[in-house]
Amino acid sequence: MKSGDNNILEKVIHEKHTCYHCGEECREDIVEFDDHEFCCDGCSVVYDLLKENDLCRYYSIDGAQGISPAESYFPGKYDYLDLPEVREKILEFTDGKLARVNWLVPKMHCSSCIWLLEQLNRLNPAIRSSVVNFPEKKVRITYDSQQISLSELAALITQIGYEPYISLNDVEGKQIKKWNRTRLYKIGISGFAFGNIMMLSFPEYFHLSESNSDENLGMLFNILNLVLSLPVFFYCAADFFKSAWSALKGKYLNIDAPIALALLCVFLTSLYQIISQTGPGYFDSLAGAVFFMLIGRYFQDKTYAGISFDRDYKSYFPVAVTVITNGIENRRPITDLKTGEKMLVRNQELIPADSVLISPRALIDYSFVSGESEPVERKKGDTIYAGGKQTGLSVELEVLRQVSQSYLTQLWNSDTFTLEKENQNQTLASRINKYFSLIVFGIAIITFSIWLLILKNPETAFNAFTTCLLVACPCALLLSSTFTNGNLLSLFGRNRFYLKNAHAIERLSKIDTIVFDKTGTITQVSDAEVEFIGETLTNEELVMIKTLASQSSHPLSRMLVREINGVNASRRILTAFTEYEGKGMKAFWGNVEVKLGSAKWVDSPNISGQPDNASHVYVSVNSKIRGYFTLRSKYRPELRKTVSILQNSGFETYLLSGDKPTDRTFLTPVFGNESNLLFEQKPEEKLRFIEHLQSQNQRNVLMIGDGLNDAGALRQSDVGLAVSDDINNFSPACDAIVEGNQLVLLPAFIRLAKAGQQIIKLSFGISLFYNILGLSFAVSGKLSPVIAAILMPVSSITIVLFTTLASNLAARKYLKY
Amino acid sequence: MSALYILIIASLFVAIGFLGAFIWSVRRGHFDDDYTPSVRILLDETDTKTGTLQ
Repeated sequence: MKSGDNNILEKVIHEKHTCYHCGEECREDIVEFDDHEFCCDGCSVVYDLLKENDLCRYYSIDGAQGISPAESYFPGKYDYLDLPEVREKILEFTDGKLARVNWLVPKMHCSSCIWLLEQLNRLNPAIRSSVVNFPEKKVRITYDSQQISLSELAALITQIGYEPYISLNDVEGKQIKKWNRTRLYKIGISGFAFGNIMMLSFPEYFHLSESNSDENLGMLFNILNLVLSLPVFFYCAADFFKSAWSALKGKYLNIDAPIALALLCVFLTSLYQIISQTGPGYFDSLAGAVFFMLIGRYFQDKTYAGISFDRDYKSYFPVAVTVITNGIENRRPITDLKTGEKMLVRNQELIPADSVLISPRALIDYSFVSGESEPVERKKGDTIYAGGKQTGLSVELEVLRQVSQSYLTQLWNSDTFTLEKENQNQTLASRINKYFSLIVFGIAIITFSIWLLILKNPETAFNAFTTCLLVACPCALLLSSTFTNGNLLSLFGRNRFYLKNAHAIERLSKIDTIVFDKTGTITQVSDAEVEFIGETLTNEELVMIKTLASQSSHPLSRMLVREINGVNASRRILTAFTEYEGKGMKAFWGNVEVKLGSAKWVDSPNISGQPDNASHVYVSVNSKIRGYFTLRSKYRPELRKTVSILQNSGFETYLLSGDKPTDRTFLTPVFGNESNLLFEQKPEEKLRFIEHLQSQNQRNVLMIGDGLNDAGALRQSDVGLAVSDDINNFSPACDAIVEGNQLVLLPAFIRLAKAGQQIIKLSFGISLFYNILGLSFAVSGKLSPVIAAILMPVSSITIVLFTTLASNLAARKYLKY
Repeated sequence: MSALYILIIASLFVAIGFLGAFIWSVRRGHFDDDYTPSVRILLDETDTKTGTLQ
């Protein structure tokens, strides 16, 4: 602690401070308020608001878990929500007085969030109720539309940190994806039918209905069974028939085709037996099979409601932009933006359309669109492409092209985006199934002809034929893949690796080439490696520099403030602060003049000494140069290890970056070969590169990227993996999303996906064993309903148990937990 | 044995009753969110004045 004789210098404290509201470490100014410390004004304002309304219990539920309100908020941001045509599309329901809206709030993350969002009525009594759906990250708010407008409501929840996410998609067309309830109805009905048919069949299993007096009772049971199986066959199993039919129309055989055939055969045989009074039929097996298969499908298709895998550019674009007409600002939906109009874009706002800069200077962050890590400076008259983010002061722009025709949106017109990746024909289950069906069909026909032609017994022949198809019902095959994949999906999810669906697991297991993007994927966007070169700085000087830097909104200054650890900025002592855009800034610290900025700004002699292309910030104190900070993008610490594990396991690795070849020397040893590093790639070129690998080299490519500039490549690749440090953030359309710090587990994820395929094959083996057992009964014409009734659930349950246990074991082995 | 006729019909009606309850609950959205209610029940009823500052 250095204070001593220097009275000006505030006490410098070296302990770590955490914000009372958000729990983050205070890396910039500490705001003291009400005996608590806050990392920023935003946090303290939220605290104040909550305290005023007696909502401080928020902090006692889950600790300091608050959210700093978004800096990009400004009064009037949501004004467009009050436009009748916009409001109508956003509202779920309104009767003129009460209105209801269901907003996606990506920031909610803990039980405190749930609590606070359900207490909104205490912040404003016009809110009647608010109900949170946490897995979907949505809050449904019912409010009195005469007392509070939609824009005020949005502003209110933004103020407490929970900015609602309203995208162009919401405004362009209504698309409320209802939770698939039909699926639950089907499971419920088939389960009900299965249980009851089973019960009514019990007398038959134990041959109890053979005496005369029981005949009528047996008849009643059979009719009831038939009635109960009707909804199972016509309603619950309808999806199998539809899917099989559409596959047959497309001239291929999917896994549903033999299932549909078997179900049809079983149903018709049972119907025949009951009508002709020759037997009780196999309705129990039918209902059971449908029930188990529906559960398997449900398990496999249960996806992450809160994560969206299908975003296109529309999800990123703001809904409205400030348009200036005759000097008056108003917010307008960007779809109404016309060529030649003037718009105002504020700090951190996305530029929605290609436009020409009217303001003298703008600093555009294109990292998301092009992968360039540093903001680009643009001058008056320059064309600015849509997708960049303004950093710094607000700028005025003139619209050059409408939103739908801008440079960025063109990428989505590529054919790649219209092709479906999921090819039913390609899955392991359906490939095995093809042979399986043929063999079973062969056996059935041979059995039929032997009974008919050699043993001259047409009735048994018919019976044996249908029962062959019945026991060989590939539902066990279906179960083995659905349960393995479903379990793997949840195991991956537990490790914060979220796959879109089961098909993605299978494609992942076949990957042999891995392509990395640079910015944001293997580097961490918000962090930089800061190094000071020059004379060692004293603590006081560090405080000085941090204080000075915290006055500026330039990205380099912000980075510097964050990265100078161990000291806290002081607010009091700076005087005569001046910032010169594009050069640097200076101020007086007591009577000491401090300058921070480019080499030219501090009159540094060695301007040329910048071989590594990193950013430099020079420091001079009293016109004496003390040295400079180098800020370079920080690579994920595990990168080298991860890539080398992948290479040792036989994967080919590439780097595909939109950035300048800054770190070629650093990256070459990591990726092994310089020819595997490609820099300055446009989004379109990235897509073509992946396509080339696939078609020319017959590679199965895993593309790992993060930004819109990777969107094409992610779509083209066999598996597109988006990396995100916060999975609630917006990642481009992809097949999987992984949290940044879990990327190190990638080799393990791929190994587990491979193990999953092995498990499916093994459980096919088990089901084959049951099938052979069943077939041997069926071929000899002796398959009684009892044996069918025992065989069917036993085989299903053992397969479910086996796949679950085996995939859990595999996960424990590879993911180690 | 004729008692069985009534028993079977009665048991079926009971079962249909449960099926109806299940369908009703799905329709009312009870299965739409299987997580939030589990958290909500642990959060105390709001008592404005006892919100403690820690």
